[in-house]
Amino acid sequence: MSTPHRRPFRFHIIVFLAPATIVYTLFMIWPLADTLRLSFFDADSAGVRSFVGTENYETLFGDERWSSQFWNAFVNNFIFFAIHMAVQNPIGIMLAALLSMPALRLRNTYRTMLFMPTLLSVVIVGFIWQLILSPIWGVSSSILDAIGLGSWFAPWLGLESSALVTLSLISVWQYVGIPMLLIYAALLAIPDELIDAAHVDGTSGWNIFWKIKLPLILPTIGVISILTFVGNFNAFDLIYAVKGALAGPNFSTDILGTFLYRTFFGQQLQLGDRYMGATVATMMFLIILTGVCLYLFVIQRRMQRYEL
Amino acid sequence: MNKARRNLPTLFAAHGILLAYTLLSVFPVILIVINSLKSRRAIFGDPLGLPVGEGVFDLVGYQTVLQNADFLGYFANSLIVTLGALFFVLVAGSMAAFALAEYRFRMNTLMALYLALGIMIPIRLGTIGILELVVNLGLINTLWALILVYTAQGLPLTIFILSEFMRTVSKELKDAARVDGLSEYRIFFQLALPLVRPAVATVAVFTMIPIWNDLWFPLILAPGEETKTITLGAQQFIGQFETNWNAILAALTLAIVPVLVLYAIFSRQLVRGITSGAVKG
Repeated sequence: MSTPHRRPFRFHIIVFLAPATIVYTLFMIWPLADTLRLSFFDADSAGVRSFVGTENYETLFGDERWSSQFWNAFVNNFIFFAIHMAVQNPIGIMLAALLSMPALRLRNTYRTMLFMPTLLSVVIVGFIWQLILSPIWGVSSSILDAIGLGSWFAPWLGLESSALVTLSLISVWQYVGIPMLLIYAALLAIPDELIDAAHVDGTSGWNIFWKIKLPLILPTIGVISILTFVGNFNAFDLIYAVKGALAGPNFSTDILGTFLYRTFFGQQLQLGDRYMGATVATMMFLIILTGVCLYLFVIQRRMQRYEL
Repeated sequence: MNKARRNLPTLFAAHGILLAYTLLSVFPVILIVINSLKSRRAIFGDPLGLPVGEGVFDLVGYQTVLQNADFLGYFANSLIVTLGALFFVLVAGSMAAFALAEYRFRMNTLMALYLALGIMIPIRLGTIGILELVVNLGLINTLWALILVYTAQGLPLTIFILSEFMRTVSKELKDAARVDGLSEYRIFFQLALPLVRPAVATVAVFTMIPIWNDLWFPLILAPGEETKTITLGAQQFIGQFETNWNAILAALTLAIVPVLVLYAIFSRQLVRGITSGAVKG
């Protein structure tokens, strides 16, 4: 049996691949395809399912009650994403740059502590901040008092104007460890000779970072951006835990994840509708797909030029 | 070089910023844990004080939680779901990764691409299809539904990472084993798998965290009292006891502490996995 001359049918390849492929296909690819399919169907009051073409999409974008909710969630989701890009990723880069300073001590301790919030459940993080920002407890107002900014305090989570920004910043607080770790690893991978040569040439540390290190870690920043995008346009837990499915006040914190949940399961005033739910899920799928393709075919290609 | 001495002010500033941000990261969690051990009056009177002294230290929150919610049961459910899914992800994932890295066959690249789709497309978007499937299979409100969904969720990234590591296993070693007449299965289990163990440990941590913390699928697939996970249990408990601050703080602490203990154990494993390199006999 050993070392056959002609390749027989290699049954073991199937055995190795089968378990993963079956579970993955059955519980991920098939339901996803089924969801996309269901967005073209509807059921009558007796529950009989029939093909309706693009009727659900016409409702979603044509019916004022639906379209206003969808665009509200979309815009909020975009703001949610923009705040992550503008705050989380720069802070992550800064922390990684500091952690990778050669003479820094205690770096492992810092790294472990800074990554800790990322491990906690979004639900738990949401409640922690809800308590801390609560005017009833008064922790944040007394801390602000102590540094002389007491008059700044407001029930940020409860105000229509600030709830979404506050929730975004809570999410930033939790997830900043991910860009930090990825960029830290990328910075460590930069060859020492390159940095030493720059030092010998008399380049300042500040310039080394902006002119040498940053261009080299751009591909990592690209990966982080797309991870942030996919994660943000798929987010749900934090808003649901803090604000419930109605994403108050007055839907000001509604994002696509909570909108999908409400559509699918229904809420006080409306019944759940799995076909409209499938339509919303398909739209989310298209949005994420657009972002991923944009990254793969436009951003990533352009970036590789710098890698030389 | 005495770069360090030259950069003393910079280093000082770096420590300052890192320390400040570390404080921002851990302070909220510490605040919750400390206050969970206090009486109601002390929680509001002196939120920043330590839980020591007469009239301050109080475990009433924990008593309420343990009387009103089956946290031990929720904890057991989370443990079963997380470890179950982790087991299947690691076994099925490393087998598939080995096949993709080891054998040249038609459809290899296509198969790798197919299995990698799920890295970028979140499984949540298929929720409506998943719910129909789970109902049809009669698995609604069972832990099996969660285990299978999380297995599917964890597989793409696991296969992608592990197949990179499987490629680094020495070819001579495998060929020597084949000459000795070892079956392909034994080559995988006794030779390749032990060699990529550090990578498996790293993947295990990354797979485990989102499963343990997930709210979406427990809420939709297994919201029953018997199958509630700790994340869902804590979420619903806090919803019910909205004004009982002692109970809320205790419930939060009970949900946080196991994760922190696991992190303390696994962060060392993580570092070891990264520093010892992928292949080391």
